[in-house]
Amino acid sequence: MVIESAPGAAALSAGGDADVLLRLDRVDAFYGDSHVLHAVSLALRERRVLALLGRNGAGKTTCMNAIIGFLSPRGGRITLGGTRIEGRSPEAIARMGVGLVPQGRRIFPSLSVRENLEVAARSAGVSDPWTRERVNELFPRLRERERQAAGSLSGGEQQMLAIGRALMGNPRVLLLDEPSEGLAPLIVAEVGRTIAALKAQGLAIVLVEQNLRLALDLADDVVILNTGRVVFDGPASDVRDNDAWVSHHLGVT
Amino acid sequence: MLAQLSNSNFLVIQTLNSLSLGGLLFLLAAGFSLIFGLMRIANLTHGSLFMLGAYIGVSLLEAGVPNLWLAALAGGVATAVLGGLFERLVLRSLAGNSQGQVLVTLGVSFIVADLCLMLWGGDPLPIQTPESVRSPLRVAGFTFPAYRLVVVALAIVVAIGLYVLIERTRLGAMIRAGVDDMPMARAVGIPVSRLFTIVFCLGAGLAGAGGIIGGPILSAYPGLDADMLPLALIVVILGGVGSLAGAFIGSFLIGFVYTFGSALVPDLAYVILFLPMILVIAFRPTGLFGRMGA
Repeated sequence: MVIESAPGAAALSAGGDADVLLRLDRVDAFYGDSHVLHAVSLALRERRVLALLGRNGAGKTTCMNAIIGFLSPRGGRITLGGTRIEGRSPEAIARMGVGLVPQGRRIFPSLSVRENLEVAARSAGVSDPWTRERVNELFPRLRERERQAAGSLSGGEQQMLAIGRALMGNPRVLLLDEPSEGLAPLIVAEVGRTIAALKAQGLAIVLVEQNLRLALDLADDVVILNTGRVVFDGPASDVRDNDAWVSHHLGVT
Repeated sequence: MLAQLSNSNFLVIQTLNSLSLGGLLFLLAAGFSLIFGLMRIANLTHGSLFMLGAYIGVSLLEAGVPNLWLAALAGGVATAVLGGLFERLVLRSLAGNSQGQVLVTLGVSFIVADLCLMLWGGDPLPIQTPESVRSPLRVAGFTFPAYRLVVVALAIVVAIGLYVLIERTRLGAMIRAGVDDMPMARAVGIPVSRLFTIVFCLGAGLAGAGGIIGGPILSAYPGLDADMLPLALIVVILGGVGSLAGAFIGSFLIGFVYTFGSALVPDLAYVILFLPMILVIAFRPTGLFGRMGA
């Protein structure tokens, strides 16, 4: 168990740098004057799921926003496959291989389901790329609703569409921000199976999730944030075995 | 007033005037609405681009361009290029500062107005109606100025073209995605800055071409910009920001309101014009067809 360790120390020590796809290195981020992320470091490896946990307001979504470029960090660096991406525009970062499934899904409501997928399509240089056909195979419900305005979909369908839309960009890293939020338990299970399937296909995923069970079932690695600082960084198995400690940091009972 | 309304010739002519003004307004307002919807900029140079188009049309026709349609095409391309340069060189550097952008568009509109005054003088410059549609149509005892009908037809053709572009192409879907949720559009990799330039060029080109096509009806004169801009603004507020259908219906609505208002109660023309806008703002702030707040 690594508690209150130097940020990022565990990630750095756990087996070299070669397979690190996405790295945050002592990232400081602000909203106006309020300091939201304090020297946050984390590392996402190839083909792994990293669960980013923490209470409301711990800075999880801010981390996601910093990675995708909605927010420019004031300090530290963010690298994707060794290339620095912090400070670039979201469209540039997306095109370099980061896919975002944001909190609240944020599908384009006035576009049809099909158009939501088409506008995000980008497959340059990928073998066996994600296409509309493949997304429809993953989520047959989307095929049925292809011509419908996306705003008229149910919450679960919108979540599928948001995931499908991110996949259409053929990302190397998928950022999933609260994918189970507001969904019925049955749909949550389906979203969980989808994430597991995507991981099995070799995608690296950062998962922000309030549903601890879901997160720990899927995660290989866990980073816990508390008031914008990394308070834990280690394998998911360490967290699974330590309920009291998790409760303390996540405020769950 | 009642006597006028019962005069069928008056009704027919004013209806036609309303329709042709509506058509011209659509050429102006469609781009204004798309720019406002996508970039969240109230582009106050839009009236200037219309006026500039009219003046460029005058000069092109004087320089021997064989007809109005070619002049409108060339003028439209010219204003599109100017608009694109303005977007790239000026607005781009103010990205994220929408107040600054609006002030810059206002400033540039004054500059354009002064430049036009300098280059083309203060007298209204008429644009001749094209030969081919100069003779009036006579149908069922009424005489129609054929050119006004052509303007309406042209607006409908442009509306259909824009509809296909916006609703039926991937580029159009990207533009609508940007109107729906700009940050998210960027996060899925849509090249938003290129879209800005495309939409700005398109809007500027339509406004400029509209100025030339409107020439035979309105002619080119100092103040044309300031006459047209509020109308476009009202159309977009009525129809809803970023909505093509809204711009279309709003244009013809305002065409009628303004034409009949000025003919029947000239003293209250502006009251009649702005009253529907105020009602819409009060009761339906996103406009008749709007899906987002301005």
